[in-house]
Amino acid sequence: MNPQAPSTPDAPPLPPPPAAGPSPVSGKAVRPGDRIFLGLSRGSGITLLVVMAAIAAFLTYRSVLAISGDHANFFTTLDWNATGTEPRFGIAVLAFGTVVSALLAMVIAVPVAVGIALFISHYAPRRLASPLGYVIDLLAAVPSIIYGLWGALFLVPHLTGLYSWLDDYLGWTGIFSYSDGAARSLFTVGILLAIMILPIVTSVSREVFLQAPKMHEEAALALGATRWEVIRMSVLPFGRSGVISASMLGLGRALGETMAVATVLSPSFLISTSLLDPGGGTFAQNIAAKFSEADTFGQDALIASGLVLFVITLLVNGAARLIIARRKEYS
Amino acid sequence: MTDVMTDRRPLTGQPGDPLPVSLKQARLPRWSPPVIALVSAAAGCGIGLAAGLDSRIQWGLIAALLFIVGTYALAAAVEGRRQAKDRLATSLVWIAFLLAVIPLASLLWETVARGSKVLDGYFLSHSMGTLPDAMPGGGIYHAIIGTLEQVGLATLIAAPLGLFTAIYLVEYGRGRLAKVVTFFVDVMTGIPSIVAGLFVLSVWILILGFGPSGFAGSMALAILMMPVVVRSTEEMLKLVPNELREASLALGVPKWRTILKVVLPTSIGGITTGVMLAIARIAGETAPVMLLVWGAKTINSNPFEDAQQSLPLYVFQQWQQGSEASYDRAWAAALVLIAFVMVLNLVARGIARWKAPSTGR
Repeated sequence: MNPQAPSTPDAPPLPPPPAAGPSPVSGKAVRPGDRIFLGLSRGSGITLLVVMAAIAAFLTYRSVLAISGDHANFFTTLDWNATGTEPRFGIAVLAFGTVVSALLAMVIAVPVAVGIALFISHYAPRRLASPLGYVIDLLAAVPSIIYGLWGALFLVPHLTGLYSWLDDYLGWTGIFSYSDGAARSLFTVGILLAIMILPIVTSVSREVFLQAPKMHEEAALALGATRWEVIRMSVLPFGRSGVISASMLGLGRALGETMAVATVLSPSFLISTSLLDPGGGTFAQNIAAKFSEADTFGQDALIASGLVLFVITLLVNGAARLIIARRKEYS
Repeated sequence: MTDVMTDRRPLTGQPGDPLPVSLKQARLPRWSPPVIALVSAAAGCGIGLAAGLDSRIQWGLIAALLFIVGTYALAAAVEGRRQAKDRLATSLVWIAFLLAVIPLASLLWETVARGSKVLDGYFLSHSMGTLPDAMPGGGIYHAIIGTLEQVGLATLIAAPLGLFTAIYLVEYGRGRLAKVVTFFVDVMTGIPSIVAGLFVLSVWILILGFGPSGFAGSMALAILMMPVVVRSTEEMLKLVPNELREASLALGVPKWRTILKVVLPTSIGGITTGVMLAIARIAGETAPVMLLVWGAKTINSNPFEDAQQSLPLYVFQQWQQGSEASYDRAWAAALVLIAFVMVLNLVARGIARWKAPSTGR
């Protein structure tokens, strides 16, 4: 179709008058400036698509090279040895560590983030509320390497006490058993990731809560509801899908986080049920740790694990977008 | 206030009291939450000391638990169950807030306190050179140069592409292509930074055979930056009132000049803000830089050849060295990085407020 159509919707669908010179009325006379501009902007859009296609294509290509050279099952092997004549590597440990640490981060961060969002939107004194929202937005911009540095040098030493306490009382579950040593475990990673995704989950949830219809809240108040009942009956149902998509965005971030995990975790290729003991690994952390000593084949193997991470984050983000889009249809 | 704990007041309304007293519920006095908080904090410390718990986190947890239980019990006894639930929710929300403030404030405090130790003019104006890692001294001049060049190049690639894509989506896009582009912009926003790095690694280094360079890093950063620019620019262009476009087109101005002279100037403040926020985001990216730029100890001001350094990567590598002197350098570099990002953010938000598009009257 003619891309000019929107600007001149009443242009007659007739062929242009032959050699009538530039007609000032007809929309069919495309000016060169317009053509160049349209070309530039459409070209940029297409470039973006090409880049996305190239990412998928090249990652898949290098991954196929790596997986076909793997002498063990890529999905179930509990080892990462991509050098030598008989490379054996698999992503089982990485998938376990990535999913567990990201889910832990979600479980810790989402309730707290919803709490802060409610605090800013409904509880805080008004003079405090808008600067707080501003500060939360600023904190979302702190680079992840700084969280990593803080996590490794400040958080880890401060968690050993808590961990041995957890071990004393909950050690029998197997999940919370802890033998002494630095707290460089998946659980610490989960806590750090939770702190990292707090600002983003909070700021998205806060925006949704602020959009809750004022009339509903006032109606509930007029019926004598307490503040909590107002929130439970009119704010939370309205904001539920927004909170879900915010947490999915946070989950996407937690899954792909590299530096904060690489600095805090002391990795090993074991799946252990004890989350407090050091060990385990995540996709991104493993890439960062193994990259410098990898040869070309080793890098291909890391690219293959990166492709798995890519697919997982795509699925999570796609689900989040789907929820947002469905909500738009309703409101 | 008058609504103190005296819920057994005589049923005869007092003169000047607008409400019949019998309608008033018993309320806890206004000073009760802070008092309960103080008492439970003291009790938490006491129990912590008595039981010999050495972690302050546990003290805080005990105090928080006591506060919640105490508030609920008191309110349930005096005010009834519904009010008690309300108080419970309020205290939970406050605790969530405090719980989040503590680590975030500690992060900023630690960075400033530990970072200012070695941060001075010498640190900013010298590279590491041949200094052994465990020795104090050295600086981040090479890292600052690297970060500025890589981020600058990435912006040169991503900002025009993102800007034109957004123009396409808002001003031209009607068909299927626009829908596909919108979808993939969303997808691209979620790409983990290390995957962008792996992509450039596989094409630029493994297949085309180039070595590590600042430019390779900028390409990965551009991939991360582009969707952010598209999103924010799109939002801004949508805010431009349609009347402005229609007025311009009605005067016979070509569409491209309408966009260039009417639409873009109206939204330029918001677009600048979006680009600066995107710059702030990529300036702190470490993972792709580590894969593609590798890091260096000396000054390399040519981003197209050989390894370079960048601020976030410098922080990481100094942390890896693991000596007291390198920890100090890592904190100082982290402070510089955080200051850079924060200043960018503040300036960007300032511009947004100053040049907010006037949406009609």
